[in-house]
Amino acid sequence: MTAVSDRQKLAYVNSQAADGRVNLEFETQEGMTLNMGPQHPATHGTLRIIVKLDGESVIAAEPVMGYMHRGYEKLTEVRTYPQVTTLVNRIDWLGSFANEVPFILAAEKLMEVEAPPRAQWIRTILFELSRIANISLFVGDMALHIGAMTAAFYAFRDREFVLNQIEAVTGGRFHPNFDRIGGLKDDLPKGWIADTKAAMEKIRDFCDEMDDLVTGNEIFQARTRGVGVIPADVAQQFGLSGANLRSSGVDWDLRRDQPVGLAWDQADWKVWTHPDGDSFARFWVRIQEVRESTKIVDQLLDGLPAGPIMAKVPRIIKVPEGEAWVATENPLGEMGYYVVSKGDLGPFRVKIRTASFNNVSVVPWVCRGVYVPDVVTILASLYFILGDIDR
Amino acid sequence: MGLVESGKLPKPLTSLLNTSRKYSIWIFQWGLACCAIEMGAALGSPRYDVMRLGVIPLPASPRQADLVCFSGTVTDKMVPAIRRLYDQMPDPKYVISMGSCANCGGPYWDSYSVTKGVDQVVPVDVYVPGCPPRPEALLEGIVLLQQRIGKEDMVERWKGEPLVVS
Ligand code: SF4
Repeated sequence: MTAVSDRQKLAYVNSQAADGRVNLEFETQEGMTLNMGPQHPATHGTLRIIVKLDGESVIAAEPVMGYMHRGYEKLTEVRTYPQVTTLVNRIDWLGSFANEVPFILAAEKLMEVEAPPRAQWIRTILFELSRIANISLFVGDMALHIGAMTAAFYAFRDREFVLNQIEAVTGGRFHPNFDRIGGLKDDLPKGWIADTKAAMEKIRDFCDEMDDLVTGNEIFQARTRGVGVIPADVAQQFGLSGANLRSSGVDWDLRRDQPVGLAWDQADWKVWTHPDGDSFARFWVRIQEVRESTKIVDQLLDGLPAGPIMAKVPRIIKVPEGEAWVATENPLGEMGYYVVSKGDLGPFRVKIRTASFNNVSVVPWVCRGVYVPDVVTILASLYFILGDIDR
Repeated sequence: MGLVESGKLPKPLTSLLNTSRKYSIWIFQWGLACCAIEMGAALGSPRYDVMRLGVIPLPASPRQADLVCFSGTVTDKMVPAIRRLYDQMPDPKYVISMGSCANCGGPYWDSYSVTKGVDQVVPVDVYVPGCPPRPEALLEGIVLLQQRIGKEDMVERWKGEPLVVS
């Protein structure tokens, strides 16, 4: 059990009081119901939240999901293995490449092939690039929800540098569909390493700029500090993962704690945590994560091993019977695939564990007792993606 | 606008009105899925900058918008909301369907929960293909729509007759 800070203790007391109020309000049927969404800018797409209000403060909030349910798990049953990557790309659409990796790893585990080291390293690099593309948009988006337009424009501007690099390798700005069972589709293009290093430099500048513009901003701090506190034990009970969990003070990162064969252990980097568990902590942890990712990319580019990028796999891929579970630390948190194979061209059943589903499940808990404008900042700081919730 | 109602709008006036209409579009961005990010890049990023085309993003409500861009997967659960928002927009209104999903279902063509095309619910003026379309593709779609608005006969539109596509 991790140490509990004063702020977390305070939040616990507040939540107990809020619990009492909720019961009272539901019994007396007072208050007003407000509907946010399904088309609301703060919901990153199509989440709908029904909020019950007493004046300005929220007494209960309930997320309604399913507006983006596209039936992935059923669709994977009628696709072949190479086709599934096309689908799973689109689960968390901001960090697409990261979605392919655990699925491919699970299939490789069943087939007992292993990608050559160079492929593993490039996978890790692209994984981190998609993390940067994902989280840099979050940084701008969070500021946008507090009311600062500028940061969002900056985020869109600097994110393009990363997307350019991803596009140069994979051919797609996002949705690369580049991972193959046994390796990667292509090798890196000429001059890519130098370009990527330049892009990482720009991203580090972007982080500094955002620190100046947003993190240190007094209004931003007033709106986020002490708002939406999730204590560590609650975060664990709700199954939060990723930066949301780390910002509650739990030091847990699958990249370090559960190696899956990718090259993270070859680089020197740090897992950041924050003791407070409030909206500000979630923002801060994510900015640090972008910085760490740029470091990982730089180091891996320096030590990139030579060799083939594809292992020997049959032309028509048939995965032998068996079951496999692989989870990785995606930009939003833990994402895992449980693949059941019956020896066919396609999987028999795939269970997808995505981070955002658990991350929004804490919304009813954390939104009790806050003010209406804080609902927006809390939602923004929890950072979910609708495709990742509904699948 | 009495001239439009009576059906006697002189030609020069028509083209004047059309020119001003086509360079003052308010676009309501209905971001549904992945394509919304590319739409965001087209509308909100300095690199693509849609405002130079005379298109203003981010209206406060659909009641102020002239153009709605459906970008992403339309699910059956979302359809009533889409229709309702479309009905709230004032005429003349235009629709851009962005991405394979909004056009025809895209990669989810055999999914049980996805509507195979937003054109089953609302009439679409411009389809932008791609999965996702690049921001440039969306900009081209907007330019095509502007050309179309420039050629429009407002009297015909007022009568509610089907548009002549040219
Ligand atoms: S067309 Fe492709 S990119 Fe666009 S919403 Fe559909 S799956 Fe996503």
